[in-house]
Amino acid sequence: MATPTRTAARTTRATGPRHAPPPRLRTPRRQRHSLARPRRSVPLTLLTGLVVLYTLVPLLWLVISATKSQEGLADSFGLWFGGDFSLWDNVKETFTYNDGVFTRWLLNTLLYVVLGAGGATVLAVLGGYALAKFDFPGKRVVFAVVIGAVAVPGTALAVPTFLMFGEMGLTNTPWAVIIPSLISPFGLYLMWVFATEAIPAELLEAARVDGAGELRTFVQVCLPLLAPGMVTVLLFTMVQTWNNYFLPLIMIKDPDWYPLTLGLNSWNAQASTAGGEPVFHLVITGSLLTILPLIAAFLLLQKFWQSGLAAGSVKE
Amino acid sequence: MPLHTRRALRGLAVVCALTLGAAACGSSDDGESPKNVSGKDIDAALKKGGKITVWAWEPTLKKVAEDFEEKHPGVEVDLVNAGTNDKQYTALQNAMSAGKGVPDVAQIEYYALGQFALKESITDLSGFGAAKLAGSYSRGPWSAVNQGGDKTYALPMDSGPMALFYNKKLFDKHNIAVPTTWDEYVDAARALHKADPKVYITNDTGDAGLTTSLLWQAGSRPFDVKDKTDVGISFKDKGAAAYTGTWQKLIDDKLLAPITSWSDEWYQGMAKGTIATLAIGAWMPANLASGVKSGAGDWRVAPLPQWTKGGKASAENGGSSLALPTASKNKELAYAFIEYANHGAGVQTRIKNGAFPATNTDLTSDKFQQTKFPYFGGQKANQVFAESAARVPDDWKYLPFQVYSNSVFNDTAGKAYVSDTPLADGLKSWQRKSAEYGKQQGFTVHE
Repeated sequence: MATPTRTAARTTRATGPRHAPPPRLRTPRRQRHSLARPRRSVPLTLLTGLVVLYTLVPLLWLVISATKSQEGLADSFGLWFGGDFSLWDNVKETFTYNDGVFTRWLLNTLLYVVLGAGGATVLAVLGGYALAKFDFPGKRVVFAVVIGAVAVPGTALAVPTFLMFGEMGLTNTPWAVIIPSLISPFGLYLMWVFATEAIPAELLEAARVDGAGELRTFVQVCLPLLAPGMVTVLLFTMVQTWNNYFLPLIMIKDPDWYPLTLGLNSWNAQASTAGGEPVFHLVITGSLLTILPLIAAFLLLQKFWQSGLAAGSVKE
Repeated sequence: MPLHTRRALRGLAVVCALTLGAAACGSSDDGESPKNVSGKDIDAALKKGGKITVWAWEPTLKKVAEDFEEKHPGVEVDLVNAGTNDKQYTALQNAMSAGKGVPDVAQIEYYALGQFALKESITDLSGFGAAKLAGSYSRGPWSAVNQGGDKTYALPMDSGPMALFYNKKLFDKHNIAVPTTWDEYVDAARALHKADPKVYITNDTGDAGLTTSLLWQAGSRPFDVKDKTDVGISFKDKGAAAYTGTWQKLIDDKLLAPITSWSDEWYQGMAKGTIATLAIGAWMPANLASGVKSGAGDWRVAPLPQWTKGGKASAENGGSSLALPTASKNKELAYAFIEYANHGAGVQTRIKNGAFPATNTDLTSDKFQQTKFPYFGGQKANQVFAESAARVPDDWKYLPFQVYSNSVFNDTAGKAYVSDTPLADGLKSWQRKSAEYGKQQGFTVHE
């Protein structure tokens, strides 16, 4: 993700002041293969097609399987519809099974995402802005720590965090999931790089000369410029928290505080126990319902995200 | 001890627990002599009320907990599903090592009890009056909860005396007799597969639970626990040879469906009629009724095939108990609950909801034995199960690190199912890997 922005940094430096001639790409030229009409490559198309297939088939399977009842799942071919179309019944049953515990898990997940991912984004924006635009002693140490932290997978920290939270009596509470989710070194790094590029030093100086305080400069001048980066970080942390499995697995034992991931897994495990009732159809329908909000978020925020990634890569 | 050292040690303990460690990791819970708790103490605790946390995945306990709360106002039972099987054990070990969040009652399967009992991280219940219950439970489960002589570490919740579940429709269609010995079983497997290549006698991709149960039935005693630090593992006896000889034939002729038990494919195979029989515990009817609805009426139950013609041996497969972790703060109340669930009125509630009991009074009661199963075409299947329960040899032992051993079964013995490795060699490498782990944990292992 950071690559385009870093390339942008180089481009800016290379092309120099604002009045430089427009980049070459813009000059109208007769070309058989322009950027808008690239040359067709059969192997590349095939390869892309394969990747698309690889990505979409599981999704297709999920959608098709969600229309089958528990019995239908057992006696029909996986990648085509069975005789019965019970999607609506499945959805209804998913929400009512076990006294409607699915709704509870959905709300839990929402809580973790809003507080965890939302909080992580706020912290990343604040921290990234400060690191990008202020000079203070120890900045390089912070840089090293952040880069190091990006390299440590969250899974590796889960057990030590569990022990620490156990001491503090926080395990088995929503805080055990929310607090670790607040930290996103990658988000911080992204915002840092983004803020460096998106906010020209001249702008800050101008704001200060005009008498705006630091807070006002940040909120009214800089935040709008940071919006695309913010959305990118938000999407990232959102996906991460929404799909988080290992951390809640370790931290939470009370099914009332399960996020969807753990809840669905417990439904799945029900099939493998003596006297348990297999509810694969609900697990599948539940999974489909679980990914819908993520897909919606991506589609709705797509515009911001793309501009966020590409921001600054071309001089305007 | 400085704080950070203590923390570091605690961290170490969790690492041990995470690797599903057994006895030798630590013994900080040692030294509590069996407590004598009278019925009066328990009644007083019930009157006083309070809250107990129960970790269990057994679905029928929900109703039992509700009834118990109703019977004893002021008592609150917090029933938590903290994971199924080994997932729950990992969570339990973690909580025990951290010393925080340990439940008052935990569901533990018979094969995993040794691991907790040896460490004394679960309470010896003989002082609570459990010793008096000896005659109440069937042989297999009672021997499983009794470890180290006169200590009773849990009350049996259910049991799984084995039987042969078979798809009668398939056997009738191809005109094949239901096998009564394992040799006949192999013949039936060949005949079925020949008549319809899609049909397999059963599924098996290497299942530690099934293998140990069949060894048990065959008279093999591969595991021995001499005392707290001394165990034996060996698959050299006659019973083991009988098992590997027969099963090798099924593997060689590709007569076992390559489907893992409990997967959706497994349920699918039974529904489609590609898996013809299951040698499994008596708790299976509930799973068949809910997981293989379309098979209703097609399936029947027969006694487990024998290793010798005319033999009468059986074995237990699965089943679990309720135990009291040593760290529990409210043991009187916890014991009252497990006594209610596993010996008192709770047993009836659980039978009604499809569980298979371990209590003799229920196993031999007329009402229980005369129950007709609509799923099995009206067959009185409990008679088969009860007879099986009475024929389980009670001298079987599991390793004190069986949870770990079973988790590596597929990497070792499981190779026999997918390669040229003979099953006997597979068991040998299972033995080696288990012994290695046992030694790491500080056991003396005889092979």
